[in-house]
Amino acid sequence: MSLSKIWVFVEPSESGVSSTSLELISAASSIAPLVEAFGYGVGPEVSQTLGDHGATKLIAATGLDGVLAGTAVASVMAKRIAGDAPDAIFFAATPEGRDAAARLSAKLDLPVCTNVVNLLQDGADLVSEHAVFGGAVIVSAKFTSAGPGIYVIRAKSFTAEPKGGAAAAFEEVNVGDIGSAGKAKIVQSHVEARSGPKLDEAPVVVSGGRGLGQQESYQMIEELAKLLNGAPGASRAIVDAGWVPYSYQVGQTGKTVKPSVYIACGISGATQHMVGMKGAKNIIAINKDADAPIFTIADLGIVGDVHKILPKLIEAIKSKG
Amino acid sequence: MNIAVCVKQIPDQSVPGRLDPGTHNLVRDGKLILDDSDSYGVEMALQLVDRAGGGEVTLISMAPNSELSGLRTALAMGASKAVLVSDPSLAGSDALTTAKVLAAAIRRNPFDLVMAATESTDGYTGTVPVQIAELLDIPSVSFAKKVEIENGVLKVQRQTESGYDEVECPLPALVSVTAGVVEPRYPSFKGIMAAKSKPVDVLDVAGLGTGPLTSGQEIVSVRDAEERASGTVVIDEGEGYQQVVEFLESLKII
Ligand SMILES: Cc1cc2nc3c(=O)[nH]c(=O)nc-3n(C[C@H](O)[C@H](O)[C@H](O)COP(=O)(O)OP(=O)(O)OC[C@H]3O[C@@H](n4cnc5c(N)ncnc54)[C@H](O)[C@@H]3O)c2cc1C
Repeated sequence: MSLSKIWVFVEPSESGVSSTSLELISAASSIAPLVEAFGYGVGPEVSQTLGDHGATKLIAATGLDGVLAGTAVASVMAKRIAGDAPDAIFFAATPEGRDAAARLSAKLDLPVCTNVVNLLQDGADLVSEHAVFGGAVIVSAKFTSAGPGIYVIRAKSFTAEPKGGAAAAFEEVNVGDIGSAGKAKIVQSHVEARSGPKLDEAPVVVSGGRGLGQQESYQMIEELAKLLNGAPGASRAIVDAGWVPYSYQVGQTGKTVKPSVYIACGISGATQHMVGMKGAKNIIAINKDADAPIFTIADLGIVGDVHKILPKLIEAIKSKG
Repeated sequence: MNIAVCVKQIPDQSVPGRLDPGTHNLVRDGKLILDDSDSYGVEMALQLVDRAGGGEVTLISMAPNSELSGLRTALAMGASKAVLVSDPSLAGSDALTTAKVLAAAIRRNPFDLVMAATESTDGYTGTVPVQIAELLDIPSVSFAKKVEIENGVLKVQRQTESGYDEVECPLPALVSVTAGVVEPRYPSFKGIMAAKSKPVDVLDVAGLGTGPLTSGQEIVSVRDAEERASGTVVIDEGEGYQQVVEFLESLKII
């Protein structure tokens, strides 16, 4: 026996549906013939893209009326599960995905496993792989209880692959009254403007950490990123310090990036940071401490002061035009 | 204003973690400390109770043994009391089981708000807080980077993938906070002394009345990931930037 149906939570983006959602659809469709997408903030305009990646149906939650999206979609899934249960349910490890997975799991008494980086089929079972200790150890796990397992999957674990399927069938479901969970409401959304390529899609990422010493020095990171047609990123330390918005954060609780080049400036290389950038093809690290863990994974490490090295590097690249 | 704060006692993170080769559970022997990630929730709760002009901060924790040192740290910061569910059968509990235990422990005292960290430092499943909210049938706001209560309404700035949302919600509710939310205080000497005599209610699973708890997953294997070999490391003596330029050139980035 094998799996026949998988549900995938999909999230919107400026271009329609997020790249992580498409990765999960592709992964699901390589495992099961029926892949049903549950989304919000998306309409029939994404049916073709979803179908192309292997989704057979898109069920869009509407009428959210400010209710947090993860909570709303979980309620739609919970109502539908009787009589229509899938064999597994996939969520991305985003704030919305985690909310939805948590609500659904507790509502239906289903186990959830998080930080999934790979899925393998073992007969009728799915074996999930999890990166622990900053990606140094891989743990494989299996659900033992009945009912569909819930998987919360890290971005960039799978590749989004169009395979030319027909447009996904489209269906709208009004969220309606979802009781006390629905009482938390968004009164206003703020989108932090960013220019240049998206952090998780840029071919080059230049990140800064606490070693920059002060917020003003982050300008060097932005300038270097721009010169290399890349995106600026950050460690959590400087996001917490309020130097840059959370959307810049790379790592365990931030974005997972897999650029062709990642340049870490003044970043120590905590396990929670490395798990988000270890997949970069090439890693350059600049840190004044020769023992900083970041050097253990860097292809090129420069032991030195970012305040001395970055200005010269920026000048040199500029002068090359 | 009564606030229940979920806190986890974890092994010292400066000592590298390891998995028990037999059970594949994280080894949690030795002294446990308050998870740094939880100190933000404790601080936030103390400030909110203070601003409300009265009430109690109750710590809620679960552990396979009756270790208290991490809880004492949070009591020394100013929390009033603690509930610890301690039972060897809880070793290796999954996220949902943890949420069931914590939710049952929270119910033992009246509460207006439940606080938790977005994720723990050692387990980081990141689903437990919202699972607790669902089990308690209350609204939740995760990823909070700013929390206020005005006229009984919870006002939160919640981090999103592209910025943040302003979320409002009536009490009772649950908030999970990020690390930047407040600057946790250090326990004072007076606080440390006072913490020694603050009440800690220690119970086992039978005393909780949750009914049987079984984890729905098992670890089938553990292996080392492929190591990423480290490359060249050079010491900057003024010309280190040249190496970066050459490397970027070799990759045709510039
Ligand atoms: C549950 C949890 C989740 C987390 N999630 C994330 C996450 O998603 N992303 C993340 O990044 N972190 C995350 N963290 C935090 C992580 O553990 C580290 O605290 C953080 O990554 C450290 O950031 P940093 O490297 O900038 O700062 P530090 O660790 O303080 O390192 C600063 C580095 O700068 C170097 N330096 C100082 N001055 C200079 C100079 N002049 N020139 C050159 N180098 C200099 C120092 O040698 C040091 O190595 C998480 C932690 C927890 C507990």
